[in-house]
Amino acid sequence: MSGLSYAFGDRRVLQDVGFCVQPGGVSVLLGLNGAGKSTLFALITRLYSARAGRIAVLGHDIERAPLAALARLGVVFQQPTLDLDLTVEQNLHYHAALHGMARRQARHRTEEELGRIGLLDRSRDRVRTLSGGQRRRVELARALIHRPSVLLLDEPTVGLDVESRAFLIGHVRSLCSTHALAVLWATHLIDEASEGTRVIVLHQGRVLSDAPAEPGSLAATFGQLTRRAA
Amino acid sequence: MNDAPLGWQLAGQDATTPGAAPARYARCLAGIIRREALRWTNQRGRFVSALVRPLMWLVVFAAGFHFVLGVSITPPYRTYIPYEVYIAPGLAGMIQLFNGMQSSLSMVYDREMGSMRTLMVSPFPRWFLLTAKLLAGVAVSIVQAYIFFAVAWFWDIHPPWTGYLAVLPALVLSGLMLGALGLVLSSFIRQLENFAGVMNFVIFPMFFTSGALYPLWRMQQASQTLYWLAQANPFTHAVELIRFALYDRFNAVSALAVCGYLAVFMAAAIVGYDPGRGFLARRGGGE
Repeated sequence: MSGLSYAFGDRRVLQDVGFCVQPGGVSVLLGLNGAGKSTLFALITRLYSARAGRIAVLGHDIERAPLAALARLGVVFQQPTLDLDLTVEQNLHYHAALHGMARRQARHRTEEELGRIGLLDRSRDRVRTLSGGQRRRVELARALIHRPSVLLLDEPTVGLDVESRAFLIGHVRSLCSTHALAVLWATHLIDEASEGTRVIVLHQGRVLSDAPAEPGSLAATFGQLTRRAA
Repeated sequence: MNDAPLGWQLAGQDATTPGAAPARYARCLAGIIRREALRWTNQRGRFVSALVRPLMWLVVFAAGFHFVLGVSITPPYRTYIPYEVYIAPGLAGMIQLFNGMQSSLSMVYDREMGSMRTLMVSPFPRWFLLTAKLLAGVAVSIVQAYIFFAVAWFWDIHPPWTGYLAVLPALVLSGLMLGALGLVLSSFIRQLENFAGVMNFVIFPMFFTSGALYPLWRMQQASQTLYWLAQANPFTHAVELIRFALYDRFNAVSALAVCGYLAVFMAAAIVGYDPGRGFLARRGGGE
C-alpha cells in the first residue's frame, strides 16, 4: 500500500500510510488505541473506500479489481464475527460458501483446519458453547479455509488468557513458515512483537517507524517515538 | 499487499476470482440461503411469533369484525365475502412486511455484532451479496406465508387451488420489494436501538394506511387524503398483488408499482452499502 490517507469528515485518521507485507513473515502493526489500525484494516478489506492512495493484494488493486484482491485475503476482525447460534462447522461452511467453494471441498477443509487448531471434536457444537479462546481459534480457522495468501489479524488476542494467546501467536508463526503466508498483525501489545519481527509503528494515523524489533528496546523505542510525535 | 504479483502459493491454493464460474455464485447464494434458514429454525421464538402474529389478527381481530363488516363485491372477489376472507391476503403481506423489517433488523444486528463484515469481505460483488441476502429472506417469508395459508384454510378461507400456485410469483415479487426496503433502512439505521423507530414510523404506518385491513373504496369515502396516501404506499400494492393472484387474477397496476418500488429500493440499498458512499463511510472509526 502507498500514499494512503483517510478522514471521517474533518477528522483525519490516516495520513500518507505506505508499507509492504512480505510472504513468509509476520509484520506487526503496533499502535495505541485510536492510532488508525482498524480503519486501515477496513480500507484493506474494502469496507471503506480509500480516497487517496493505493492498496494492492498480490498486484490486484483493491479498488479496480476488488474481487481478485479479496479472494486472496483472510481476515480475523477485532470484533467477534461468528454466528453464535450456528455450530462451528456451519460457520465454516458458510464462510466457504461466501468464497464459492464446493460442499465437499468445504467439508474437507473444515476438518483440516479444525484438526490443525485442535477443535475437530467440537465441530458439531454451537459456537455459543465455546470459550473465548476457542472462538478466536475458530475465527482463525475460518479465515484460512479458502487458503488466502495474505492474513490480516486485527488485535486477535484481546481478551484472551495467556495460554490462548500463546497458542494463537505460535500457530500463526508456524503457518507463516510452513505456508509462506504474509501476515499483518495489528496490536497495541508490545510483547506480541518478538525479537527480529518486523514492527510498523502507527501513531495518530502516521507510520512512525518500520524496522525489525530489537532485543529489549522495543518498549522504549515505541515510547520515544509516540512521545516525539505527540 | 505488494505492488507486483508474488510467485508463491500455498499447497493446493485455489483463491481465484469468483467471476469466472457461475457455479461459484450458485454456491455462495445457496450458502447464504442455508444460513438464513438455519438461523430461522434455530430461533424458535422468531418462527412462532411470525406465525402467531397474523393468526392473532385473523382469529381475534377479524372474528370481532365478522358481524360488523362484510365486504361488497369488488374485484377480485365474485361474491360477498366475510371480513376474514378479505384480510387474509393482507396478513400474508404482513408476514412479508415483518420479515423484510426483521431481516433489516438482523442486518443491523449483524453489523453491530461484526458478522456483516464477514459477508462484505466475500470476494463476490456487493450487489450480488445483497441480492442473495434478500433472496434468502424472501425464501423464508414465502414458507411462512404458505404455512399461514394452510392454517387459514381451517378458518374457512378457501381460495381456488390454482390460486395457491398463482400467488407464488406475487409473494416473490412483494417479498423482494419489502426486503429491499428493509435493506435500505438497515443501511441508514446506525444502531440497534434505533430500530424501535422503524416499528413506529415504518411498519405501523405502512400497514394501517394500506388496503390490508379495509378496502380502498371505503377509505376513499372516509378521507380522500388517506386514499391517496394508500395509493402511494408500496405495501398497498404488495397486498393487492397477492390478493388478486390468490384468486387467479392479475393486477397489472400493482405489479408495475411493486416492480418500480423494488428497483428504487434496491438501487438505494446498493448505494447505502457502497464502501465509498454508504453507511460504513459515515459511521466513523471502529477502534
